[in-house]
Amino acid sequence: MTPTTTVDGPAPPRTVGDLALEVRSKNAGPFWVTMELFMRDADGYRIVADEAFLDERVIAGLYRVEAGTIQLFRIPSLNVVKISFPRPVSQGSLRDRDMHAGQHHVPLAALRVPHMTPETTPQTTPDVSRG
Amino acid sequence: MENRPAGPVRILTPVGMLGAGWDEATMERGLALGVDVITVDGGSTDSGPYYLGSGTAKTAAQAVARDLRSLLRAAARADVPLIIGSCGTSGTDSGVDWVAGMAAAIMAEEGLDLRVARIYSEQSPAELKEHLDAGRIHPLPPMGEIRAETLESCTHIVGMMGHEPIVEALQAGAQVVLAGRATDTAVAAAYPLMKGMPAGPSWHAAKIVECGGQCTTDPRAGGVHTTIDADGFTIEPLDPRNACTPYTVAAHMLYETVNPFEMREPAGTLDVREATYTAVDDRTVRVEGSRFHTAERHTIKLEGARVTGHETMSFSAVRDPLILRDIEGWADLLRTHLRRRVSQTLGLTDDDYAFDLRLYGHNAVLDDLEPETAPPREVGVMLLVNAPEQATATAVAKIANPLMLHMPTPEMHYLPSLAFASSPAEVERGPAYEFVLNHVVDSITPTGMFRIEHGDTRHGDIRHGDTRHGDHHDTNDHG
Repeated sequence: MTPTTTVDGPAPPRTVGDLALEVRSKNAGPFWVTMELFMRDADGYRIVADEAFLDERVIAGLYRVEAGTIQLFRIPSLNVVKISFPRPVSQGSLRDRDMHAGQHHVPLAALRVPHMTPETTPQTTPDVSRG
Repeated sequence: MENRPAGPVRILTPVGMLGAGWDEATMERGLALGVDVITVDGGSTDSGPYYLGSGTAKTAAQAVARDLRSLLRAAARADVPLIIGSCGTSGTDSGVDWVAGMAAAIMAEEGLDLRVARIYSEQSPAELKEHLDAGRIHPLPPMGEIRAETLESCTHIVGMMGHEPIVEALQAGAQVVLAGRATDTAVAAAYPLMKGMPAGPSWHAAKIVECGGQCTTDPRAGGVHTTIDADGFTIEPLDPRNACTPYTVAAHMLYETVNPFEMREPAGTLDVREATYTAVDDRTVRVEGSRFHTAERHTIKLEGARVTGHETMSFSAVRDPLILRDIEGWADLLRTHLRRRVSQTLGLTDDDYAFDLRLYGHNAVLDDLEPETAPPREVGVMLLVNAPEQATATAVAKIANPLMLHMPTPEMHYLPSLAFASSPAEVERGPAYEFVLNHVVDSITPTGMFRIEHGDTRHGDIRHGDTRHGDHHDTNDHG
């Protein structure tokens, strides 16, 4: 039995990762980690670019870092939200379990998005051009 | 000096890292498009502090030699300069000599006679202390001020050169430039800047090509060909079946950068806020509007690594669901017993050594950030011990061995036997390193911290790790 599809169509997306082409993380030099949400379309972008859904405080909670150290960039032309913050664990140290920081996108990708179907997706375009 | 920009400059970048390899057909295709310079980045800090700390390369010598042979032949055939940056992964002096030695041997075999320049970027703690005392060293976030002891504790410190030392080597007649640590972008920006191309497009193009095919729709299909002119740059993949799109090129500014709009170089800051990306055809992209703001102060970024201790690793595995259902409790018990046994047998306190017990398959990668809670099917148990002496680290790992073999859960009334992956279970990792510098030096001149050595290295006797500070190796006993 495949629970993902019903007679009403595919199940609605549940996580940021479901709405993205790719969610990735990587070192940006030895002392920073950077993450990108490459969203599939403008609708997905609107959700993750909405500061009521995703902002520095949310990232601070997910990654247990100080909100004041987080840099967050919203790039509507690419449907991308990019997040950078100092690496909490020094690269290559005894407690560094992810040398390239290449698997640290997972908590971000697993973030639940507000429940919505294509019919209820807001069609208005919020202002996401700040920054 | 020519003030008017010359004609366009065509750059061939066959790969993102020397030693990663490419299909020779892509190199042929690049040469057929016409080139003015061939550039490849040879290093990165991405794989950790070991390579800088130890002054050794991440790449296999055979893989670097294969790529070098292709590059040297192509540069000779097209009669254009070849520029390789951050030689030997970390750009230490030993890394430059390692690549130079291979280049010399290959040129002798191939009957090539190209003029080589080596640019050394390793920094002496004594000279850096003078900069520190003069207030010329500044921290970059998230670091604080450094002390002289930190500089002295490093096994290697390199400065990241900009384009200037490379330009100086080229202007002195070098056909092959083997640079120590350089910014990834300086390698490709140097030649167009020397030829009078505008700084904005030169630095932006250099950033886009530094990872080879990473800016294309199929990053595995080889490198890229870029043409920089007075108004911008045009980029296409070497493989005719691969494509650059406005999206892939624009998105590459995000890759491994903190800030997607700005990138600091020694001489100033690349600013792509106003850049436009236009499809020329279905696989070629035109970029215009890139800016470069010259900094008030030219700065050189430092990288340094030091030894944190010596490490020994041990690896066992758990498959029994009776243990897996309380794997955290099991691991806590193991940690407690290990500390007690180390104290009892070695007389060490927690300050004398450190260990990390990682539960692969459970939460090893993300640790307490792990969002999933489902029980794992099997768990790899890695013990990593760090101590000042290798023998101490290994002794701790050996004391852990019976625990990693027979540790029960608190509920078990018998001793289970777990699945070691190898015999012996312990692997000595040698010295472990950490990066300690994220600081810049106010440069007195853009080239002053780097040493350029000209000379035909074909007959040189360059041994790994023994060339420093301007030693010439123009002996005739090449064998």
